[in-house]
Amino acid sequence: MFAKPSLIAIGLAVGLAAVLPGKAEAHRRWLLPSATVLSGDSATVSVDAAASNELFSFDHRPMPLNDLQVIGPDGQPLQPKIIGSGEHRSVFDVSLQQPGTYRLAIVNGGMMGFYELNGEPRRWRGTRAQLNQIPPEATNVRVSENNGRTETFVTLGAPTETALRPSGSGLEMIPVTHPNDLVAGEPAQMRFVIDGQPAAGLEVEFVEGGTRYRDEAGIQTLTTAADGTVTLTAPEAGMYYIEASHAEEGPSDIGRRASYTAVLEFLPL
Amino acid sequence: MQKTLLFAATGLIATPAAAGEMQLNVEIPRLRVSEYHNPYVALWIEDGSGKVVSNLGAWYDVDLKGEDGSKWLSDLRTWWRRSGRSLKMPVNGVSAPTKAPGQHPLRFTEGSRQLKKLAPGSYKLQVEAVREVGGRELVTIPFQWPPRGTQTASASGSKELGDIRLTIKP
Repeated sequence: MFAKPSLIAIGLAVGLAAVLPGKAEAHRRWLLPSATVLSGDSATVSVDAAASNELFSFDHRPMPLNDLQVIGPDGQPLQPKIIGSGEHRSVFDVSLQQPGTYRLAIVNGGMMGFYELNGEPRRWRGTRAQLNQIPPEATNVRVSENNGRTETFVTLGAPTETALRPSGSGLEMIPVTHPNDLVAGEPAQMRFVIDGQPAAGLEVEFVEGGTRYRDEAGIQTLTTAADGTVTLTAPEAGMYYIEASHAEEGPSDIGRRASYTAVLEFLPL
Repeated sequence: MQKTLLFAATGLIATPAAAGEMQLNVEIPRLRVSEYHNPYVALWIEDGSGKVVSNLGAWYDVDLKGEDGSKWLSDLRTWWRRSGRSLKMPVNGVSAPTKAPGQHPLRFTEGSRQLKKLAPGSYKLQVEAVREVGGRELVTIPFQWPPRGTQTASASGSKELGDIRLTIKP
């Protein structure tokens, strides 16, 4: 569904095929904060983390929080309070003790592969350095590298920029319009980068929450410009979901997939 | 009337260059709802480009026992975005307790802490109210500064705010 057919062809030709994301990957992954624009001397946001079909209904399974990163307004990581994972969602709290913008993200990366050994199917997970764990006699080896980022932003007081700095790795969104200064009807600009470089011609999905109550999902499909920018316009106030994914032939014969999802709140003015 | 004259006179002493004056009347309507809390209200002046040039008031639970009343200030969305989020609350002369339903007369002299000296031009008086478990409303009154003589303008809210009357004097 995501990988380009040509990539599969290349992969097969060299004996290593990009692993196509399974059905589970097609679910929307999101972090839904209790509020995005906060006032006061300090505040706490509670966040639901789930992979679901409907937005933002936790109808499928919880998002694991092992790879949760919270970056504070000073650019330093801070420790969220993990409440736990239930059948359908995970929950955590973030205590906002300093004014400014916080970035809440689940960032994962790694490689996965499938191969056969003496006719038996095997599954492998690891890093690029651990590729040698796949026995040389393995056949039908298919390996891919996956980077995923699922995030959201919250601001106590005035918005700040420090936490928004990209890591330079994987598919990322650099907000041109501040992600906690979004208003329904006002165009907002975001820039997508892959390993810090502009992601041109990237397909981006933008959809408002509340899909369960609409017959038409109302998905806006947008394409980034040469500099990776895309303009979002929320017709009405609400929580919105944005998703993009990128598949490519890696530097070696290993396929690569990077995905990005975020929840953005557009407020009424 | 006597009071007005006296006020104008003091204003004159404080700022010898003709200081304008602004009188405001803000009506908070009485609502028949099962759970009523006084609204949070922000009053400010914007210039032609939408920049806030003066904060006249922010009425909220300034001394809520055991809880930070400024927690809900961001619900005054327009004010919060244009000004509130950049302020360190409380702001002297601006922060004030919430007010009960009724008429609330206010008066500001140009050059005072609240009403900064205004350059000639087009302005808007903005009054925004938001009520806990209630609604939000923004009432706008455009005006020109300085006024040619005493001028009065008014606008009405439909739910969270009643009549807002603005009288300006050069």
